[in-house]
Amino acid sequence: MITADHLTKSYRGVTAVDDVSFTARPGRVTGFLGPNGAGKSTTMRILVGLTPPTSGSAEVLGGRYADLPNPGREVGVLLDASAQHAGRTGREILTVAARTMGLRSERVEEMLARVSLTGKEADRRVRGYSLGMRQRLGIATALLGDPDVLILDEPANGLDPAGIRWMRDLLREYADQGGTVLLSSHLLHEIEVVADDLVVIGNGRIVAQGTKAELLAGAGTVCAAADTRALASALSGAGITSKVSGSGALHADAEAAEVGRVAHAAGVPLTELRAADGAGLEEMFLQLTAESQRDRIHEGAAA
Amino acid sequence: MSTLTATSPAPVVRRERQAHAPIPATRVLAVELRKMFDTRSGFWLVMSIGILALLATGATIAFAPEEAQTYGNFAAAIGFPMAVVLPMVAILSVTSEWSQRSGLTTFTLVPSRGRVIAAKAVGAIGIGVVSMLLALGIGALGNIVGTAISGAPTTWDVSVAEFSSIVLATVLGMVVGFTLGVVLRSSAAAIVGYFVYSLLLPTAFGMLAAFQDWFRDLQPWVDFQYNQTMLYDRVPDAENWAQLGVSALPWLALPLAVGLVMLHRSEVK
Repeated sequence: MITADHLTKSYRGVTAVDDVSFTARPGRVTGFLGPNGAGKSTTMRILVGLTPPTSGSAEVLGGRYADLPNPGREVGVLLDASAQHAGRTGREILTVAARTMGLRSERVEEMLARVSLTGKEADRRVRGYSLGMRQRLGIATALLGDPDVLILDEPANGLDPAGIRWMRDLLREYADQGGTVLLSSHLLHEIEVVADDLVVIGNGRIVAQGTKAELLAGAGTVCAAADTRALASALSGAGITSKVSGSGALHADAEAAEVGRVAHAAGVPLTELRAADGAGLEEMFLQLTAESQRDRIHEGAAA
Repeated sequence: MSTLTATSPAPVVRRERQAHAPIPATRVLAVELRKMFDTRSGFWLVMSIGILALLATGATIAFAPEEAQTYGNFAAAIGFPMAVVLPMVAILSVTSEWSQRSGLTTFTLVPSRGRVIAAKAVGAIGIGVVSMLLALGIGALGNIVGTAISGAPTTWDVSVAEFSSIVLATVLGMVVGFTLGVVLRSSAAAIVGYFVYSLLLPTAFGMLAAFQDWFRDLQPWVDFQYNQTMLYDRVPDAENWAQLGVSALPWLALPLAVGLVMLHRSEVK
């Protein structure tokens, strides 16, 4: 269980995190979604006590993170896979963490196997690691103490598709066993496939949060007809706003049943009718974070 | 693209939360000591203490005239490189957490920064004292071997008090380095700062004392470096101790206190 309560962090007038409140619950994967520079990493650093908040408070497992007697045994943290001493070997980094937590050294070998780092790779210095290998090492460090809570900042960065799949399964399994998982990403698809709950942040503020199902329900319906114009006018006649969304289909702000009824009443045969899936969520994500997006969306499309 | 199925809250398997014992200070110390040796740079830095001691002893045997082959000179030859290397060990123990960003892991595993910094201080000073004892041993060996080769009488001219005073001088040099590390939290800046302190400052204060009478009497009370290096040459008397203590206030105590408060409040990123 992780609770952020009205967290705010300002840097000389710039508000990086602005009144952020959310809860990540046990047994669920909570996706923390937002564009680069939205305040995800700052929020996560506040959760584990590395950054003092300007106001507000955060609790992990019902208390302040700093008050945990042996934090590594209860909360696994990966904030930046590259933040390691480049002159240490992978195995040494895990050994140092295991010693700090008071774990036996066999645990290090178990974790290396768990994240598929070979013995040879583990004996190399981190300086020569690829980003993917650093991520695996970082995940191994987070899992080392068999914690109840995982806090992972952009853990899929640098992983290859197989690695991303592996991590997704790992997090799913972790949550299914009752663990609390909070993971951040600036990539919607990455989060969408694994998260149960979503917290969307833009410009330091939370712009949407809820279960994935709830947020998708709000994402509307994709519908299409041979006569797109007739369908659009039927929808607007019924007070439903819609707009063309790729390949001639319409994206309507209503439930599928409602759209079907309107089309039927207007005598427009539908060729497609479904709840907007990730595409809808993506649109929502882009809309919600449009203000904080560095590139205007149409510029991004043109590029 | 995945087709979405409505996610009902998954049945939560209750994980039994175990009570964990707090991390003992001895464990933090052991880990911090390990971290001073386990990188390539750290390993060679500490190794260089031993290697330089052997080289210095060899050089004294090879080049020093017979009458200069006294224990005091062996100890001085070994002590000098140590006085340079040991403060680096102290500096890097602190600054690498920021310069290498390993602090992100260190301070999440042990959230109390004070405990980590205290462990680093104890560990670094421990390495300093052990290194000096090592120097004592290598120096003694050098003195015996050297005089045996040259046939000169073996002279033991360093008392326990003198040796303790040299150890203190070295440890104080490490504390200066440690303080710079805490205040600056950057390897490059702290190392440059240390050389300014140990090489530039004595020249500046020396000039000032040479040309300004008013400063000559004042210097022992305000120049910490002056008092620290004096410990290499003689065992301090009561007034020297007072001067050392008074000059340590602005040079050590105050910056260290301010640095620790800043470090405690800073953001680790």
